[in-house]
Amino acid sequence: MKKTLTTLAVTALLAGPAAADLVIPDLSYRTGPYAAGGIPFSDGYQDYFELLNQRDGGIGGEMVRVVECETGYNTEKGVECYESTKGEGALVYQPLSTGITYQLIPKAAADGIPLHTMGYGRTSARNGEVFNNVFNYPANYWDAASVAVNYLLDENGGDLSGKTIALVYHNSAYGKEPIRTLEALAEKHGFDLTQLAVDHPGQEQKSQWLQIRRERPDYVLMWGWGVMNQVAVQEAANVRFPMENFIGNWWAGAEHDVTPAGDAANGYKSLNMNTINPDAPVFDEIREHVVDAGLAAGDGSNVGNVLYTRGMYAAMLAAEAIRKAQEIHGTANITPAMMRDGMAALEMTEARMEELGYPNIGPVFSVSCQNHGGSGQGLVQQWNASEQRFEPLTGFIEPDREVIDPLIQEDSMAYAEENGITPGCADS
Amino acid sequence: MIYREAGDFKTSYGADNQTFPIKFDRRGYYVVLALAALLLPFIVTDYWANALLVPFLIYAIAALGLNILTGYCGQVSLGTGGFMAVGAYSAYKLMTAFPWMDMITITILSGFITAAVGVLFGLPSLRIKGFYLAVATLAAQFFLVWMFNKVSWFYNYSASGQINAPERTLFGVIVTGPNTQAWAQYTFCLFFVVILAWVARNLTRGSLGRQWMAIRDMDIAAEIIGVNPLRAKLSAFAVSSFFVGVSGSLFFTIYLGAVEVGEAFGIQKSFLVLFMIIIGGLGSIFGSFAGAAFLVLLPVVLKVLGVDLLGWPTDIVAHLNLVIVGALIVFFLVVEPHGLAQLWRLTKEKLRLWPFPH
Repeated sequence: MKKTLTTLAVTALLAGPAAADLVIPDLSYRTGPYAAGGIPFSDGYQDYFELLNQRDGGIGGEMVRVVECETGYNTEKGVECYESTKGEGALVYQPLSTGITYQLIPKAAADGIPLHTMGYGRTSARNGEVFNNVFNYPANYWDAASVAVNYLLDENGGDLSGKTIALVYHNSAYGKEPIRTLEALAEKHGFDLTQLAVDHPGQEQKSQWLQIRRERPDYVLMWGWGVMNQVAVQEAANVRFPMENFIGNWWAGAEHDVTPAGDAANGYKSLNMNTINPDAPVFDEIREHVVDAGLAAGDGSNVGNVLYTRGMYAAMLAAEAIRKAQEIHGTANITPAMMRDGMAALEMTEARMEELGYPNIGPVFSVSCQNHGGSGQGLVQQWNASEQRFEPLTGFIEPDREVIDPLIQEDSMAYAEENGITPGCADS
Repeated sequence: MIYREAGDFKTSYGADNQTFPIKFDRRGYYVVLALAALLLPFIVTDYWANALLVPFLIYAIAALGLNILTGYCGQVSLGTGGFMAVGAYSAYKLMTAFPWMDMITITILSGFITAAVGVLFGLPSLRIKGFYLAVATLAAQFFLVWMFNKVSWFYNYSASGQINAPERTLFGVIVTGPNTQAWAQYTFCLFFVVILAWVARNLTRGSLGRQWMAIRDMDIAAEIIGVNPLRAKLSAFAVSSFFVGVSGSLFFTIYLGAVEVGEAFGIQKSFLVLFMIIIGGLGSIFGSFAGAAFLVLLPVVLKVLGVDLLGWPTDIVAHLNLVIVGALIVFFLVVEPHGLAQLWRLTKEKLRLWPFPH
C-alpha cells in the first residue's frame, strides 16, 4: 500500500498544474446503465469546445481545455472527479446527474465555483439569491412538469378535471423532483395523480406497467433516464398503452430510448428544452473541423441527435457565459468568480443563436442575479418511427409561473434557513 | 535481515500474547500510527482527503464490521449497504432532532441503533445458514433501502428524498458540511478507525472472538463444547452492525454530506464491502484494511495512470477497473482464499528467514 501511495504521489506531482487555459471539466459517464444518455451529451459538450478551439482559436483568444472525468453516474466518483479537477482552475461544472448536483451544491458554494445544472438538479436553485453559484437555465423540472400539464390542458380544451395522470419516475432525487409541482397542479386543475416509482437502474418495471394496464390512466408522464426509458417504452408497447398519451420529460426523449421498441414506439411524445435540427450549420462545422479532423470525443455518429444537440447547447451556453464574463471584466483569462458573473448576465437572443450557427436552438431568455432559471419554456416532440426522428409538435410552451414560483420560494428559503444563508446577490 | 528476531525474548504471557509479537512489526505499527496521526493531518489536501483517505478509513470500518460477522463468525451477510443506510439515517435524524448533540455521540449512537437493527435481522441466522442466510440478509438490504425511500419521516419530508448533513462543530472545529477542512474530516475518521480497530482486535482474540470462530468452524461442535450459539451469533451481528453503522454514519456526515439511499447504499455497496474482505482476507484485521485500501485506491490509481499519464479514454479505464477487480476476485477465491493478509503473512515468513532460507 505504501508503494502504491508513493507511485501515486509521484504521478500526482508529474500531472501537476498546466498552462493558463479556460478549464472546463466534463463529468461524463460512458459506462454503466446511464451511459446511453451520457455518451452523446458528453460528445456534444466536448466537440463544441473543440470546434471553438479549432475554428476560432478558443474563446476571446484563450484556448479551452476540457478535462474529462468518468463518474459512472455515481456520487462518490463524482466527488472524486470534482476534487481532482477543481484545483486546475475549473470554471464551471456540468455534472449531468441530479445526485451529483446535490452533492456539489454546497461544495461549489464553499469553493466559489459555478455549477450549471441544465434542466436537472435542484429546481429551487432558480432562486439566485439563495443559490449564488448554481444556475439551472434554460428550464428546470418543475417547469417541465408544468409544461407537460399545460400541453395536456391544451389537448383537452383547457379542462383536465376527472382525468387521471400516472407519473412513472426514477426512484431517486431526480425522479422525485416533479412530484411536489404535479401535486399542486393536480389540485389546481382537478386531475388525479398516481405515482409509480421505478428503482435504480430501471430494468424491472413489470409491476408498474401491470398497474397501468389495470387502472388505465388517461396519460402517463415519465421521469426516466438511462436504461429505464427503453424498458418503459417497451413495456408501454407490451401493455398496448396508446403511445400518444405517453409523455416523457426531456431526459426521456432521445433516439436510443425509442429505437429498441421499433415501430411500436411510434407516436411516443417527450418534452425538450432545445429544438432538433440535424441540418443546422453548426453541425456541418463540427463535422468539418472536429470529426473529419479526427478530434471528436466520440466516433462522430451522434452528431445532430437529441442528446448530442443538448450537450452542444450546454457547451454553447457555457461559451457564451465565458464571453460575457470576458466582456464584463475585460480580461480573457477569467476566474470562476468572473464566470459566475458572466453566467448571471447571460442573454440568449434569436440573433445570437443564429450567429452561433443554430437558429432557435433554445428559447430566448436572459439570466439575472435573482433568476437563475431562464425562461422555463419547453416544447413537445413526437417520435416518428418510420422516419426515425423526433418531430416537434409545438413551439416553446410557457410553464405556469403562478404555481411554480411560490414553491421555489418556499423550497429555497427552507434551504437558506437550514444552511444559514442570507439571501442576496453575490458581489463581484 | 530485516526481520531479526534474535534477542527478542518474551518473559511473560502478556508479552507473548501481544498483537505484534515481533519488535519490528510493533515499531512499524507505531511509526505508521504516528505518521497517520501526527504528520498526515498537516499535509492532507482536499483531494487526498476526499478521494483517498476518508473513503479508505470509512470503508476500513465497514470491512472490519463485515469481517467480524463473515470472517470471524462465518455468517454470510449481503446486508452491509442496508446497515450502512441505517447508520446514515440515524445520524441524520439525530443531527436534525438534537442540534446540540456533538458528532462523536451522534456517530456512536447511530452505531448502537444499527446494532439493534442488525440483531433483529440476525435472528434468522439461528435457524438458517450459508446461502439461505445470505438471502435473508439480502432481504434486509432491499427492505431497508425501500423503507428509507418510502417513509418520508426518515428524510424529514424533503421534496427530493435526499438527506443533507448540516454543519456541526466539535471543539470549535467544523467537522461536517461543505466548509470542513480536509484535516478535520481526516482526523475525525482516523480517531474512529483507531479506536474501532483496537476494539475489533481485542474482541476477536478474547473469549467472544473464540466463540465466534468456534461457531464459524463447526457450529455443532461449538455447541457441544459449551458455546451458546444464540449469544455468539447475535453478538456477532450486534458488533458487526455497530461497526457498519458507524461507517455508514461517517460516510454520510463526514464524507459525502448528502446522500440518496438507493444510490449510496444499494446492493452494490454490500458487494463492494464483501469484495474488500475477500480480497483483503477473511478473518483478519489487517485484511480489512488491505482490502479497503485496495478497492478505494485501485480506481484512482488506474485513473491517474490511464487517463492522466497515458491519455486513454475514460471509459476504457473505467471498464478496465471492472475487469481487474473481477479477475482479482476469481484469482483470490481460487488461489488464495485468505487474501492479501495471507500474502502478507507469507512474505513475512520469508523475510524472517531471508537471506538464509535453509
